[in-house]
Amino acid sequence: MSTIVLLTVTGLGLGALYFLVASGLSLIYGLMGVLNFAHGSFLTLGAFAGWEFARRAGADNWWTFLGSLLVGAVVGALFAAFTEFVLIRRLYERHIEQVLVTVGLSLASVALFDGIWGTDTIHISGPAWFRETTGILGAQIANDRFVAIIAAVIVLLGLVFFLKRTRYGMIIRAGVESRSMVTALGIDVRKAFTLVFAIGGAAAGLGGVLASHYFQYVSPLLGGSLLIFAFIVTVIGGLGSLTGAAIASVVVALLQQFANFYLNGTGDFVVVVALALVLLFRPSGLLGRKS
Amino acid sequence: MSQQPQPHPEAANPAATGGPAPATAQTAAQSTTQATALHPAAPQPGHARPVLEIAGLTAHIAGQQVVEDVSFSVPATGITALLGRNGVGKTSTIKAVIGLISRTGSVTLDGERIDKEPTFKIIRRGVGYVPEDREVFSKLTVAENLRLAERDASPRRQLVEELFPDLLKRASQMAGTLSGGQQQMVSLARALLNENKLLLIDEPTKGLAPKIVQEVAETLERAAETVPILLVEQNLQVVRQLAAGAVVLSGGKVVHTTDSALGFLDNEDLTQRLLGVHADAGHGEEADRNGAQK
Amino acid sequence: MTTSKTDPQSEAQPDPQQATAGSAAQGATAATAAGQRRNRKGQHDGGAAAGGRTLLKWGAGGAGVVLLALLPLLNLSLPGVLPGPTYTPGSLQLLAMCMLMAAAALSYHLLLGVTGLLSFGHALYFGAGVYGLGVILDTFDIPLLPAMGLTLLLVIVLAHVVGAVGLRVTGIPFAMVTLAFAEAGHVLVGRNPGQATGGEEGLTLATDNLPEALLGVANTRNLYWLALIVLLVVFAVVTWVQFSRAGHVAAAVRENELRVRVIGLQPYLIKLLVFVVGGVLASAVGMVYLLLQSGAVPRSLSADFTITLLVMVVLGGVGSRWGAIIGGVFYTLLDQRLTSLAQSEAIAGLPDILRIPLSEPLFILGTLFILVVLFLPGGITGAVQRATLSRGQRRQAAARQRQALENAE
Ligand SMILES: Nc1ncnc2c1ncn2[C@@H]1O[C@H](COP(=O)(O)OP(=O)(O)OP(=O)(O)O)[C@@H](O)[C@H]1O
Ligand SMILES: [Mg+2]
Repeated sequence: MSTIVLLTVTGLGLGALYFLVASGLSLIYGLMGVLNFAHGSFLTLGAFAGWEFARRAGADNWWTFLGSLLVGAVVGALFAAFTEFVLIRRLYERHIEQVLVTVGLSLASVALFDGIWGTDTIHISGPAWFRETTGILGAQIANDRFVAIIAAVIVLLGLVFFLKRTRYGMIIRAGVESRSMVTALGIDVRKAFTLVFAIGGAAAGLGGVLASHYFQYVSPLLGGSLLIFAFIVTVIGGLGSLTGAAIASVVVALLQQFANFYLNGTGDFVVVVALALVLLFRPSGLLGRKS
Repeated sequence: MSQQPQPHPEAANPAATGGPAPATAQTAAQSTTQATALHPAAPQPGHARPVLEIAGLTAHIAGQQVVEDVSFSVPATGITALLGRNGVGKTSTIKAVIGLISRTGSVTLDGERIDKEPTFKIIRRGVGYVPEDREVFSKLTVAENLRLAERDASPRRQLVEELFPDLLKRASQMAGTLSGGQQQMVSLARALLNENKLLLIDEPTKGLAPKIVQEVAETLERAAETVPILLVEQNLQVVRQLAAGAVVLSGGKVVHTTDSALGFLDNEDLTQRLLGVHADAGHGEEADRNGAQK
Repeated sequence: MTTSKTDPQSEAQPDPQQATAGSAAQGATAATAAGQRRNRKGQHDGGAAAGGRTLLKWGAGGAGVVLLALLPLLNLSLPGVLPGPTYTPGSLQLLAMCMLMAAAALSYHLLLGVTGLLSFGHALYFGAGVYGLGVILDTFDIPLLPAMGLTLLLVIVLAHVVGAVGLRVTGIPFAMVTLAFAEAGHVLVGRNPGQATGGEEGLTLATDNLPEALLGVANTRNLYWLALIVLLVVFAVVTWVQFSRAGHVAAAVRENELRVRVIGLQPYLIKLLVFVVGGVLASAVGMVYLLLQSGAVPRSLSADFTITLLVMVVLGGVGSRWGAIIGGVFYTLLDQRLTSLAQSEAIAGLPDILRIPLSEPLFILGTLFILVVLFLPGGITGAVQRATLSRGQRRQAAARQRQALENAE
């Protein structure tokens, strides 16, 4: 029993990280049709920024941690908005070229991170409480899992509120269905593009800081490894669906954890098999619209 | 340019329509020869400046030319019909006008060039667009669909509520779950909410039951009292009822313009050649066929 | 009351096929006719271009191949490009690598350029060739050729399975799915299952059953010739597929899948065929790569490697076989030069703000790639082609070249 609880909570923590990456990916794809390969770089830069902040602030206390979350999110958002504004926008509606540009950006940025911070992983530590454990139903669970889960839930609720209750949220939801019709109502949908990139970048940056605590290191490759699972999550959840991304994040992470434990380390394959099954029986994903 | 609604030829009676035919045909021929101008964009005498002037408009989709050197203008009052068989480029022309597909050529709205502007700016200049397949946002509620369309500081909610009382009752229903007719109401309402200089309406009666077709036609007639409309319409009976002038496309080109839509429709020879139908015969059947082709 | 008469021929619709069609079927017929027109046009263009310059092209091509074949016997120097005269093993190794990358890029061209499939998992087949052969040679006591045959068999099965699943979606989702499958392969190899793949360290080529002629530095030129043969074979197969009936249908699928369906063909099967052929070619290249490198590392299965192929094809020019070859060669040489530049004294002395970016070859290549995508539609071959055109034609050509890429969706 305690193993199951442990695996579940750890899986939820991992799912939280997936969601923080996948939510932005899915929104960006849903609204703009852009597959953003640079999303992992938003995360990595957020993680490094958060780490640099924490390092300079010195103390490993809660305030430093919260500050690093904020810094990670802001840096991720700025990087993403810059990407949209400088690279994506001039390739409006040319989706393949947009993908290629993000591929180039991801190559170049990861190489640059390598140059700046080195290729070795850097171990980090947060508030002491993170290293302690909490007992739930007999399982001893590392506290940083809870932080990731809570952060992801807050982000999810915040996004849902934003999408449902604000005018820009409405524009984004409408744009996911039809960009051209939104412009045909006299709305400058490009503002929504920048905004969606910024939001996605912020979530990824936040996810980067949390991931660096979850895995206890930062490295230029941090984003890339999470990105691939985030891709899988968005396809399984249904491209463009936030709820789909949330559900798929949890499902994928739990599958992975349980398979890793019970089927001796085959988690990644089980996930790919799950992806294949979803494609065979529901090509548009769990909650995707039929195309 | 008299604009009398024609008697409803539902009970298709060849004798009834056959009676006055020679006279109508003659006037039609006259007005048509005058209006089938070599330079269709030339301003029509006796009218204020056209609200929309199109000259040399060309557009491509996926490397294929779908609008070829199209020139015509839309008078500042009344309804102008844009006619033609399926796939001749009516929808593409309208989309090219508001920049939904990339285009070259000159488009002038109310005296100002708009052909280099992005879609949203053109719309904000005062253009209402009702797309061919309604394109309501299916996962937004009716109320949200309408709110999204509000551009003016004081949108005309009253008018819309009056025209489409049904929508008020369904304000919180997802637009995707509405019936086709109700979706068309939402789509029309989105355009009518704002003060416009011009409405571009693409096949508003497509796939609707005869009764709803009449309702839509009446709504358009009422709207046309205050704003000029460029209307794509396959239902020739509706065209008869509403349109003053007409522009006919074929193969992406303008092949005919007239300031008397009636005259055109009564000219059997022309309609036969350009639309491939016998304008007077079997409107109901023709509407069915249009529906079935989609 | 007969309104559904045969359409009369109107002056604006001179197309006889369309005019004779009953109006109910008009939409479909128009689409078919347009498709046929386009096909005819494509063949005509190809025919005219080939007709005029065929001889010249084949002559130049033949001479080029002969020159390439003779290089190991010649003493030519290309300072700044090759590390030494052409007969030295170092230069031959680099040239062989260029040819293998060109061949791999060609196999990717078959997917992206011909059929419009944006795969992010092409490395899976290349890597399957590398690791398949490596593991088989390491595990079983069989000679090289049967081992290669066995590897090909495995790749054919693998490509069918992944293709069958992945092609259920198109466009961007297809890219993601192929990426996921390739990543599964990458992870698998890294995990070192059954101690077969050597994990992150990689696998050293087992030489027990290899012919002497392929072993040792002194025999690099044999490997060079092998690489040349692979390039020629891949080029021939790609040319053959591209201009076969299947290739024409594939091109039509790229331009407008719906239209192909309307004509009554099965885009899915055609795409699967091209996907499998592309995978098999990539794996063949991968096998020779294993011999040339005397080993395998997980990177050959990684998304990074697929992206490298993508960068090559885009740099060279999407849609052109020569583009893929030029891109492959150009990228390999540039990567090599940049790597030695990064380690040079000149760079080490620069201030951080210059030193850090310049000492990262991938930063420079990534930036270059972005610039090409933004400002050089059609890549290198596209730019060369445009240089021979007048100003007005140039713009049209650029638009067409952009379209070539956008069709890939
Ligand atoms: N997205 C597209 N891709 C390829 N071709 C297109 C596309 N949209 C339109 N076309 C082509 O452009 C031409 C004109 O289409 P358009 O929709 O403007 O015709 P239409 O006159 O509005 O027809 P209908 O009466 O059926 O609505 C058609 O031949 C059509 O096949
Ligand atoms: Mg239309």
